[in-house]
Amino acid sequence: MKRILALLVTLAMVFALAACNNDSSGNKDGDVETIKIGVVCPISGNSAIAGKYITHGVEVIENELGGKIEIKGKEYDIEFIYMDNEASEEKTTNVFQKLIEEEKVIAIVGPDMSKCALAAGPIAQNAKCPVVATFATNTAVTEVGDYIFRACFIDPFQGQMAAQYIWDSGYKTTAIMFNNADAYATGLTDAFKEVYTSLGGTVVAVEEYSGSDVKDYNVQLTKLAAADPECVFFPNLLGELGLQIQQARGVGITCPIVCGDSADTPEVGEVAGPAVKDVAYVSAFSAESTAPVAVEFVEKYTALHNGESPNSNAELAYEATQMVLYALQNADSLTRESVRNALANINGLELPSGAMTMGDDRNPIKGGVVMQYDADGVSHFVSSVNPS
Amino acid sequence: MATILQYLVYGLQLGSVYALLALGYTMVYGIVGMINFAHGDFLMIGAMGTYFIAKLFEGQRIDGTYPMLIVGVIILIAMLGTGGIAVGTEAIAYRPLRNKPRMIALITAVGVSMFLENFPRALPFIGPNPRSFPTLFTPTSFLVLGASITSTQIIMILLAAITMAALYFVVNRTKIGGQMRAVSMDKDAASLMGINVNRVISITFFIGGALAAVSGICYASAYPQVDVYMGSWLGNMSFVAAVLGGIGDIRGAMLGGFILGIAQIFATAINSTFGYAVGFIILIIILLVKPAGIMGKLVVEKV
Repeated sequence: MKRILALLVTLAMVFALAACNNDSSGNKDGDVETIKIGVVCPISGNSAIAGKYITHGVEVIENELGGKIEIKGKEYDIEFIYMDNEASEEKTTNVFQKLIEEEKVIAIVGPDMSKCALAAGPIAQNAKCPVVATFATNTAVTEVGDYIFRACFIDPFQGQMAAQYIWDSGYKTTAIMFNNADAYATGLTDAFKEVYTSLGGTVVAVEEYSGSDVKDYNVQLTKLAAADPECVFFPNLLGELGLQIQQARGVGITCPIVCGDSADTPEVGEVAGPAVKDVAYVSAFSAESTAPVAVEFVEKYTALHNGESPNSNAELAYEATQMVLYALQNADSLTRESVRNALANINGLELPSGAMTMGDDRNPIKGGVVMQYDADGVSHFVSSVNPS
Repeated sequence: MATILQYLVYGLQLGSVYALLALGYTMVYGIVGMINFAHGDFLMIGAMGTYFIAKLFEGQRIDGTYPMLIVGVIILIAMLGTGGIAVGTEAIAYRPLRNKPRMIALITAVGVSMFLENFPRALPFIGPNPRSFPTLFTPTSFLVLGASITSTQIIMILLAAITMAALYFVVNRTKIGGQMRAVSMDKDAASLMGINVNRVISITFFIGGALAAVSGICYASAYPQVDVYMGSWLGNMSFVAAVLGGIGDIRGAMLGGFILGIAQIFATAINSTFGYAVGFIILIIILLVKPAGIMGKLVVEKV
C-alpha cells in the first residue's frame, strides 16, 4: 500500500512539474477559445444526494450561459466538466489529476467534503490550478496552499454569526453550554465569546460537558437557569442538541435557544418534541431567504429542476461557480495564475447568501441566515446576518 | 436545599439505570463466573427493539400516546425478545468456551459486544444514525420541597428497587434460586446433584437480558434518543457500579448503581468535566480499601 502511495505521489509530482510548463497552452486552439471548468462532486455512491444538488446548482449557471461567456468584450466557449469522486479521497485525487492534466481546466469547483479536499488539494496546489471547494468546512483545507479557496464559511465563523444575531435581537446576557471534547463546539464557543463581549454583551454562565456519551445535562442546565440569562447558546453536535433542548425546557429555561448549523436537521425536532419551538440556529443559506439575489437564484433553480428546492449544497456549488466566473471576468489574463489572483481579490460579490469578500486566508467573509423551528419541528427563515 | 434535593432526584434517576444494568452483570458473574461485556449492548437491543415494536403498534396510539395496556405489551415483547437474544448469545458464543480459561471467555465477550453494536449498524433499516424514542409514558411533573420530579423518574426509581427485591427473593427463596446458588458454588458438583447447569445458566442470561431491556426502556424514556452505540458507555459505567458494590452480590449492584449515579451528578455540579472521572476515583478507592467491593466477600481459593 505504502509503495503504491509513494509511486502515486511521485507520479503526481512528475505530472505537476510537467503542468507548470504548458499551463495555458491547452486553451489556445481554434478561433474561439474554450474555457473549461471542472466540477468535482459525488455523483454516485453514498453521498450521491449531495452530488445531485451540487450538479443542479452548477447547472443553473450552465443553463443561463448557454455555452458562451463574454470576457472583456471577447466571446469564448465555456464548458463545465462534471467528475464523480464517489466521496472518496482516492477518486478525488484521480479526477483532479485528470481535470488538470487532460482536460486543462482553468479552475475546479469542489469537492464538497473536507477529507477529499485535503487529499486532492496538494495536487492542484502543485499544478497551480485554482480550486474553490464548496462545503469543506475544516480549517486545514485552505491551509494546503494559496491556490485553494472555499465557498462555505469555516466552523468558528458560525460563533461570530450567532453572537451578532443574539446581540442584534437585543439580548444582553447569554449563557453557554458546550461540549469541551469537540473541536466544532469549542471553536464556536471561543468565537462567540470574543465577538459577543466585544459587541457589549455579557456571557453570564459557561457550562461544559465532556464528549458525546453524555446524555444527562440536567445539572449544567440547572446552573444555566440559575444565572437567569436572556438567551442560551448551544454550539453542539446534532446528536446532542435534541436532548439538550428537551432537558433545557424541562429544567425551566424559557428564554430563546440559539444553536450552530448542526441543528439544521429534522431529527433535532423529533428528539426534542414540542420543546423545539422557538429554537433558532445559524446556517449558510435558506431557500426562504428574502434577499433579492437569493430569491432570483431560488426561482431559477426551481424552474430548471421541476420545482425542486435548493439546499445548502446546491447553493454553495452555485456560489463557488459564481466566484470562478467573477474571477474570470476580472483576471488580467486567462491563465490559472491570474484567475487565482482574481479569486483572492473578490470584494463585495453579491451572492444568494449576501455580499461576499475573500479573506486573506482564502476563507470567504460572508453572511448567513438565522432559522427558527416552529412547534411542528419545521424550520423557517428569520433573518439574514452579515458580518460587521 | 431545593437544589441539592433536585440533584438527588437526577442522581437517583441516573443511578436506577446503572443499578438495573449492574444487576445483570452481577448475576452472570455470580453464577457463571464470567464478565459479560456485551451486557450493555443488551440494553441497546432492548431500547432499539422497543422503538421498532412501538412503530408496529403506531396505529393504536390515542392523541400521540399509547394506552397503558399496549405499553405493557410492548415492554413485555421487548423483555422476552432481549432475554431470548441473551440466551442465544450465551448458547452460541459462551457455552462452547465454558471450560476454557476465563480470559478466552472475556475476550469473546468483548467481541460479542462489538458484533452487537456493529451488526445492527450495518443493517440498512437501523443504520448508525440516532433515532428519537417514542413517548411510552407521558411525564407529569410534581413539585416536592422545591424540587421538581416527574412521573417517569418515579417509575424508574421504583422499578429498580422492586426488581432488585424480586431478584433477591428469587435467588434466595425459590427452587431455581437454590439451583443458581448451587451452580455458582460448584458447577460440577451441582451437575452431579441432578441440576441441569445449562438450563440454569440460560435462565440467568434470560433474566439478565430482560432486565437490560427494562433499563433500556427506562433510559430511553428519560433521554429519548436511541442509537447502536448507546450501550457501550452505559455498560462500562454499570460494570464499575457492579464492581463497586461487590460483583456477584445483588444488593451490592443496586447500591453501587445508586452511589455512582448520585456521585456523578454531584461531581458534575461541582465541576462539569469532573463528572465521569468521579466514578472511577471512587472505584479505585474502594478497590484499595475493600478489594471485593462494598458488599462483596473475599473468597480464598483453596489449592
